Amino acid sequence: MKASRRDILKAGVLAGGGLSLGLQFAGGAKASVPGALSAFVIIDPTGSIRITAHQPEIGQGVRTSFPMMIAEELDVDWAQVTVVPAPGNRQVYGVQLAGGSSATPTQFERMRRLGAGARAMLVQAAANAWGVPAGEITTGSAMLHHKASGRSARYADMAEAAASIAPPKPESLTLKDPAQFRILGQRIGGVDNRALVTGKPLFGIDTRLPGMVYAAFAKSPVFGGKLKSANRAAALAVPGVKGLINVAERRDLKTQIDVGLPGIEVLPEGIAVLATSTWAALKGRDTLAAVWEGGDAAFQSTTAWEAAAAKAFKDGPQKPGYMNHGNAPAKMATAAKKVTADYSYPFLAHAALEPINATAHVTADKAELWLSTQTPEDARRMVALALGLKVENVTIHLMRSGGGFGRRLMNDFAVEAAVIAKAAGVPVKLQWDRAQDFAHDWLRPGGWHKLEAGLDEKGDIIAWHDHFVSFGADGALNPTAVIDGSLFPSGVIKDFRADVTVLPIASTLGWLRAPINNAFAFVTQGFIDDCAIAAGRDPLEYRRGVLGSPRAIPIAEEFSGETGEAMKGTPYNTGRMRGVLDKAAEMAGWGRKLPPRRGLGIAFHFSHLGYFANVVEASVAGDGSVKVHHVWVAADIGKHIVNLSGAENQVQGSVIDALGAALGQRITFVDGAVEQKNYGDFHLARMDMAPAVDVAFLSTDYPTTGLGEPAYPSLAPALAGAIYQATGKRLRTLPLDTSQLTA
Amino acid sequence: MKLNINGKSVDVTADPDMPLLWALRDVLGLTGTKFGCGAGFCGACTVQLDGEPVRGCQTPVSAVGTAKITTIEGLSASAWGRKLQDAWVALDVPQCGYCQAGQLLAAESLLRTTPKPTDADIDAAMSGNICRCATYTRIRAAIKQAAAA
Repeated sequence: MKASRRDILKAGVLAGGGLSLGLQFAGGAKASVPGALSAFVIIDPTGSIRITAHQPEIGQGVRTSFPMMIAEELDVDWAQVTVVPAPGNRQVYGVQLAGGSSATPTQFERMRRLGAGARAMLVQAAANAWGVPAGEITTGSAMLHHKASGRSARYADMAEAAASIAPPKPESLTLKDPAQFRILGQRIGGVDNRALVTGKPLFGIDTRLPGMVYAAFAKSPVFGGKLKSANRAAALAVPGVKGLINVAERRDLKTQIDVGLPGIEVLPEGIAVLATSTWAALKGRDTLAAVWEGGDAAFQSTTAWEAAAAKAFKDGPQKPGYMNHGNAPAKMATAAKKVTADYSYPFLAHAALEPINATAHVTADKAELWLSTQTPEDARRMVALALGLKVENVTIHLMRSGGGFGRRLMNDFAVEAAVIAKAAGVPVKLQWDRAQDFAHDWLRPGGWHKLEAGLDEKGDIIAWHDHFVSFGADGALNPTAVIDGSLFPSGVIKDFRADVTVLPIASTLGWLRAPINNAFAFVTQGFIDDCAIAAGRDPLEYRRGVLGSPRAIPIAEEFSGETGEAMKGTPYNTGRMRGVLDKAAEMAGWGRKLPPRRGLGIAFHFSHLGYFANVVEASVAGDGSVKVHHVWVAADIGKHIVNLSGAENQVQGSVIDALGAALGQRITFVDGAVEQKNYGDFHLARMDMAPAVDVAFLSTDYPTTGLGEPAYPSLAPALAGAIYQATGKRLRTLPLDTSQLTA
Repeated sequence: MKLNINGKSVDVTADPDMPLLWALRDVLGLTGTKFGCGAGFCGACTVQLDGEPVRGCQTPVSAVGTAKITTIEGLSASAWGRKLQDAWVALDVPQCGYCQAGQLLAAESLLRTTPKPTDADIDAAMSGNICRCATYTRIRAAIKQAAAA
């Protein structure tokens, strides 16, 4: 995912004249890629400056922030820029992926160099035209100036000549001194905001094509279930229903390249209902009254899993010593005091507000799809494989996503729509309803931790032991349920041991906002509080002691997490963590006296290259209900904040989202199927729950990193800490059972 | 049947049971009104009938009658609507943006009846509308900014 040093800038003259500067990738791209004119920077003679936004927009603001990076180095005013969309095409644009908060850390420099490269070519064109050294030419607001001769020109005037100049090597370009930034670090509103507030069609679900029919897809709520019976005649009699298509199961669709998950993508068997409206299609699907039987997941039951986890805690782990740093058992034996606690957290659904959908038009040798997806290239390859087409004959129109949170990293819906559209022979918009969105999600796995810590005489932690129970197949943890060297306290606490027990699961697991971390932070930060309390020490002061002196601790071992590529070789910097911890405490006025049943809680967590700490102020009413009044967040995501407005919005949203999850979200299984059907039994944060969230970004001398995820994990443990301070009760299971908090 | 949508009389051919949401989106091509849950939980499909916010997914098209329907595409016709849209843009409220049409229709109804809403008024009027990205702090600020404009 890192920008290749071999990336070269490629220029070409547009049909209408002007400069098109795209990125040509040395890795596998042809010298001349069709569509390479859809480049990142297009300046035409009329003066229009178009910058391509190539990354999937799922609400993380990348359609604004990436063009900002290019525009800054191109040295134009933001108001002069028109942002244009790109299709999904890895050969032309490189990796297009909304995941792992990876876009900014991997592409910040590259996007800047794209802008700087275009600027350098324009400068050289002016230097040639004016017969002056390029070094004497200055730029600003899309103008070129030569002070000595008093000459000036618009970028537009030089664009055609610039396009014929050999592009500079990216590494030869000089980037701006950040002190000169005029766009980066400012508050820039989202480029689609006006379209959003006036209801323009932007999302995948808004796609409408001539001759399009609407489809709903009846499939087993239990993964792998087979159709037993269905009332086809009744469905066909529903007004508006035009036909039914039988879809056969396929289990050979593993082509993911951007998101690694084990196993095979499954196209489930079922019946597609084609109709003249979404309503008729869904009604037809319900009228089928399809009955299903069996399925790989039929054995699944939350009750049974809870019993299995309890049994594993009693009988011992399947995989003792799964991780072993130092000698935790020996240190534990010397401990002055031992602390034990059990923590657990549930499966979670993504529940993005735009229900899963896809629109496809498939002809004999081509497919065209309109998708809200986080991984357009994966969709392209999956569809090509499913339909037996060449990848280059599959076109992905990359639509805005009404939320992703990791769900749209997977493209099962694209394959379904493509297969149905091929059989239908006309364009098809496939629409899942909310219950299907829950039933066929790629869930954040639940987990259980049995923890033991050894404390020395001062109460400091000298050994940490975790028995981690979570899910996988064939005795191996699923990659979304790992415990590894990237996760605190690994490395920070030297004598650390983790045992593992793997419970079998057949349903699909996936990445959910700050995956793995979103669960572990609750456990590890909660347990630090447990240790602080056992030691009779203040949770803030105790955390300072845990972090110790500022140092960079190498991540102990290779790991398979979602952010693996971006994080490889990244140390855990205790000094950076101490910085945000102290800042959050200072913002919140840590230690101040509060009224009865009101408390402060504090937690920190590192994930997705970002260091975060937050303090939560919460009160607990007599009936146990919890009100969060205020959250203070301190963040260290490196030297630059790309877009201060978007950044603050991401942090505030992550915190409130995490609050909703901590208080009201749990996915459970009965008879192999997800029980939750809608937002009535899976509670998202709402306005009356939303506290004030103050955000401070510390600027530190480290590379700029991403922000879609890392603010999320530390909220839940800080909330549990605040509840403890308010009530003296420690809740160690998510979602927090506030009925235990009655006065 | 005839519907009055955003000040215009429109002929609609649809199953009388079809929810207004789907008549707007699929029959009339007004896709600004969003499908979220289909059960009245999320408010993504919020439109106004004679100025009152209703759930488009819970309102059969045959039940609308002569009521005046306002959707996000027609919000700019209202002075409050324009103030809200401007505040939404000025404060950069949206993240994914999918819920914002429903949020704006709910907020416009609030300001028309309560031009200077308190935090409690905003909680009461807006808590039926889920923002999955949780942009609530900015939605609240934008409502207050529009109220002050």
